[in-house]
Amino acid sequence: MSLLKVEDMHVYYGNIHAIKGVSFEVNEGEIVTLIGANGAGKSTTLNTVAGLLKPRAGQVTFNGQNIVGMPASKVVSLGMALCPEGRRVFQQMTVRENLEMGGFTRPAGEIAGSLDHVFKLFPRLKEREKQVAGTLSGGEQQMLAMGRALMGRPKLLMLDEPSMGLAPKLVDQIFDIIAELHAAGTTILLVEQNALMALQVASRGYVLETGRITLADDADKLLVNDSVRAAYLGG
Amino acid sequence: MTLFLSYLINGISLGSIYAIIALGYTMVYGIARMLNFAHGDVIMVGAYICFCATQYLGLPAVVGVLVAMVACTALGVTIERLAYRPLRQAASLAVLITAIGMSYLLQNLALLIWGPNPKSFASVVSIGSISLFDGALLISGETIVTVLANIVIMVALTQFTGRTKMGKAMRAVSEDRGAAELMGINVNHTIALTFAIGSALAAIAGALLCSSYPTLQPTTGSMPGIKAFTAAVFGGIGSIPGAMIGGVLLGVIEILGRAYVSTELGDAFVFAVLIVVLLVKPTGLLGKKVSEKV
Repeated sequence: MSLLKVEDMHVYYGNIHAIKGVSFEVNEGEIVTLIGANGAGKSTTLNTVAGLLKPRAGQVTFNGQNIVGMPASKVVSLGMALCPEGRRVFQQMTVRENLEMGGFTRPAGEIAGSLDHVFKLFPRLKEREKQVAGTLSGGEQQMLAMGRALMGRPKLLMLDEPSMGLAPKLVDQIFDIIAELHAAGTTILLVEQNALMALQVASRGYVLETGRITLADDADKLLVNDSVRAAYLGG
Repeated sequence: MTLFLSYLINGISLGSIYAIIALGYTMVYGIARMLNFAHGDVIMVGAYICFCATQYLGLPAVVGVLVAMVACTALGVTIERLAYRPLRQAASLAVLITAIGMSYLLQNLALLIWGPNPKSFASVVSIGSISLFDGALLISGETIVTVLANIVIMVALTQFTGRTKMGKAMRAVSEDRGAAELMGINVNHTIALTFAIGSALAAIAGALLCSSYPTLQPTTGSMPGIKAFTAAVFGGIGSIPGAMIGGVLLGVIEILGRAYVSTELGDAFVFAVLIVVLLVKPTGLLGKKVSEKV
């Protein structure tokens, strides 16, 4: 059944029509990816679903509940977490404090268990537990951002460009972790510029072009689609 | 030497009041990214409420201060809700002008309610003064209480922001409002809480200020408010220890300047400090340089 369903969503920045009637869905247990060029509206779509932006029209249903107009801080407690573009960890707070903030909506008794879980996934964070987040490397900050999102024990994890600005080896590592999270039962909506890796890990994909979905198919079919290959996979 | 010491102690005492006021400025700035120029006038309202509670209702001084704290908390939260929250997405200049307007509104309401004639504020401090060096150095009870209050508030706030869930959420909001919201932190509630804390501190500052300088009138809060703002900038706006250090240093500079250079120019020294800080180290003593990621 569909965990997230977006129907005919329109988003404006002032007078600029950024998202022009986007519809897609994410089923429980899937990895779905949104691929597209810079400025296609991928991040805007995620930010709107998460409640940071308000759509001017359309429906967003999460876990059977209409969440349009619900503030982001409330959407989180329904079990949706967005790991935002550019990581946006709290630079002046320690790794541990960042993770604690990720568990803000959870009962206090749960935090220790979630911390253990995150430290098991990212042993590096355990080593740096007391370090201020601003002093971490880019890869470590990405791990922290993902760990922080997982602290809320989300049903749906949305990742916005998790590979951005990372060395190829780290990108591999991040994608391994995405596969691992998926295997453990987390539903993932992945936005990536690295279309090849995203489609390899995902079960289905949507191609977003200037605010519209132009293609929707199984990931393995998109991988061999001529227009996708030409535009996003380097021929 | 004892004369110098007594000036120094007076400076620390005055500076402690500036510091408590500066905390309100700096916390609100850190979290809501706005300069609440009405903060000084909340101090004045706090002093009036404390005055009324003790003089007209005959309540004990401590209760008077508590009543003032409750009233100022309500006032601060109301101001935020009615005047500032609707402008959350507006240009910062609009918010600044609103804050200045709110400052005049509070002053004129006070004028309307309590009249233009200064009231003589009875000290809320009942402990006596300490005399040192065979009476050559006298430390007043007000000074002792003010400095102690300053230290207690500083420690309490540091613990609050460093250890409690809400305190950490405040720091998260001050760093990145959008990311904090994605954690499930209600930004509006956090900002309201900041105003509540700042305004409660303003009430304490008002009672302490008028205990040392007993003339209470509708403009009582404006000069200390501006000086505390200077102290907050001096220490590094947004920084809690910065407000503390900035406030105390500014108080000492003002009193020593008055004592050794010129009585009339005391205020001028304070603002000269502001200009020098802005020229030499615009981020203040403890302010962090914000590097924008590109």
